[in-house]
Amino acid sequence: MDLRYSETEESFRLELRKWLVEVVPTLGPKASSLDWPARRVYDTTWQRMLFDAGYAGIDWPVEGGGRAASPVEQLIYLEELERAHAPYVGVNFVGLLHAGPTIVVEGTPEQRARFLPPILRGDEVWCQGFSEPGAGSDLASLRTKAVRDGDEYVVTGQKIWTSHAEVADYCELLVRTGDEGSRHRGITWLAMPMDQPGIDFRPLKTIAGSTEFGELFLDGVRVPVANRMGEENDGWRVTMVTLSFERGTAFVSEVLQSMEFLRDLRTTAERTGAWADGDVRRRLGHLAAELDALWALARRNVSQAARTGVPGVGGSVYKLGLSEIRQRIGEFGMDLIGGAGLSWDDLQGGDGRGSIGNTELVNTWVHGFSRTIAAGTSQIQRNIIAERILGLPKG
Amino acid sequence: MDFELSDDEAALADGIRSLCAGRFPLDRLRAAEGGDGLVDLEGWSELAEAGVFSLQLPEASGGIGLGMAASAVVFEELGRALIPGPLLASHLAAYLLAGPTDGPTDGPTDGRVEGVPDGLVDGVAEGKVVVGAVRRPPTSGTGAFVPALVESWSSLGVLVVVDDEGMAVVDPAELDAVRIARPLDPLTALWRVDRLPEGRRIAGAAAAHRWRRDQAVLGGALLVGLAAGTLEMAVAYAKQREQFGKPIGSFQAVKHMCADMLVAAETARAAVHAAAVTIDQPGVGDADRAAAGAGLLASEAAIKNGRTCIQVHGGMGFTWDVPAHLYLMRARVLSEAIGPVAGLAELVAELF
Repeated sequence: MDLRYSETEESFRLELRKWLVEVVPTLGPKASSLDWPARRVYDTTWQRMLFDAGYAGIDWPVEGGGRAASPVEQLIYLEELERAHAPYVGVNFVGLLHAGPTIVVEGTPEQRARFLPPILRGDEVWCQGFSEPGAGSDLASLRTKAVRDGDEYVVTGQKIWTSHAEVADYCELLVRTGDEGSRHRGITWLAMPMDQPGIDFRPLKTIAGSTEFGELFLDGVRVPVANRMGEENDGWRVTMVTLSFERGTAFVSEVLQSMEFLRDLRTTAERTGAWADGDVRRRLGHLAAELDALWALARRNVSQAARTGVPGVGGSVYKLGLSEIRQRIGEFGMDLIGGAGLSWDDLQGGDGRGSIGNTELVNTWVHGFSRTIAAGTSQIQRNIIAERILGLPKG
Repeated sequence: MDFELSDDEAALADGIRSLCAGRFPLDRLRAAEGGDGLVDLEGWSELAEAGVFSLQLPEASGGIGLGMAASAVVFEELGRALIPGPLLASHLAAYLLAGPTDGPTDGPTDGRVEGVPDGLVDGVAEGKVVVGAVRRPPTSGTGAFVPALVESWSSLGVLVVVDDEGMAVVDPAELDAVRIARPLDPLTALWRVDRLPEGRRIAGAAAAHRWRRDQAVLGGALLVGLAAGTLEMAVAYAKQREQFGKPIGSFQAVKHMCADMLVAAETARAAVHAAAVTIDQPGVGDADRAAAGAGLLASEAAIKNGRTCIQVHGGMGFTWDVPAHLYLMRARVLSEAIGPVAGLAELVAELF
């Protein structure tokens, strides 16, 4: 076991750090979280800067436009971006971390040439159309139907939990091409252009009062057959590639963000005087120990990916642990501020020196509830761990 | 960076695991339950021959000269096999208390304590002398002594007493030790010592600090072994035990308990390994914080998994015959040895 970075890795880190120190301060103020068009501009501008500097999709293979960075270099990359308070991947999430990697693995040379460069440049934004009202954890029961009509599929159905669909150019879409009961064997993966007639998007209001995702109604939407990734009815396998990426490195930044948030909570507790309470200190110490351990686990998963070439099932262990601890950190923050936590309106502000105001604490707590649901509920993660790692029989 | 076990580390773990399975199978350990023969010198010297005590002693002093990472890997296996006796104290003494016999009493220049009396360490690395350790109990409000519980007293050659000011050695024969008739862990014999003498001071606060830090990591490794052992037991039982016409492991209620056990064990293992590597490779992180956090999580994982293992076994889990309780009780012993969980959490908070 070795936690030291090689000279090559360290020089990659320093080069990146130097660039980040130069460019991050030049970025404008972040867009309002409710203004999706402005968020698209902000996020894609940043993506273009990454691209121009050679830091877009660094883990992608060279033929896909990346630089084939090793998993360890990816880790360093995420660590440095976090450290520099660089913008989050934002609206580029699906393109860079879902659809892109899937096309890298499954796409034809033509498809790679068509779809990958615009993702890397920040020219095209993707959204995801996987879940349906009747197909959540049981994704394989999805019913959105695609019927072949010449060189096109005609798609009709409904998707849900689609983020930033209103500013997306493409949707990675799972459709039913097989018989009704075909489940895993009758699903196809399509890249659906979002400018087609027949697409209606209705935002859903979250418990945080925000509109982060919504429902996508599809009525006779035409998608070229050339936009199909993999064979017809082979979309489930194609999708599993994407999901294993999501559970691999996609959440690495979050543990680092959480550490910084917890450090700010400590500052907040010191400001409010709560730090004098031993229970408060021990609770924070416990959360800190857990985050340290998750960071160790992230490095273990990365080391495993470096040896085997694919993210392992260890990603589920990490995802489960991280989701739950983020909820508990949110809870801790709420407990620290007492009555101020009853208001979304800013009552006490941060002091600009690491102390966090009530609005952010309330927001973090409420958003925590989505962590154990999105990207595979904690219950589904436990099933994966029990069946795929421990070998317990399917129920 | 490669945070997976190296081939050497994996081979070391395999070697210790085979030794434990061959020489210390659980039924043989259980035959000595509650008796005086839990720690036999013959077995102890076989552990020594496998390098259990000399792993971190420098080669120049006759040791193997490896670091904490190697020890962590070995101690996980010893924990999983429920090997009885003061493994931690003997291992720590072999490399922390080996040194020249003169000089100041608190100058661990190369990490080892100087000024240790002659003969203290002689034979520890070879398994000829069993070293125990005890934390000096705080005096009560009235100034009266609170009794200390000394593990494996009848087998000890040396007892190390650790407190905030440093460490002292006591000759076990000088103690008025009273056997605890029913120790919580049937595989850990305990003696009650009402008056712990001052003993001979051998090291100051810095050395005691280092002892506690390394103990948290290697105690953590033993605890991870327990957490992993109970996970394996529970999963094996859940696959084989049938109710309602199918294995109970096919029910999500049971499945999710097992999944949570795996998460606890894997997370604690990553923490223990990271702490060990951080000690071996200064510069990769804060060793004190990593050690305290590792001890904390390993302690909780072992206790939680021990409890869940009993639950998965149902009524059988509450019987003496099924060894689930042995892992849980050992977890309590080790959790106490590495320091109260609350203190470890406080330490992490202070260093975060």
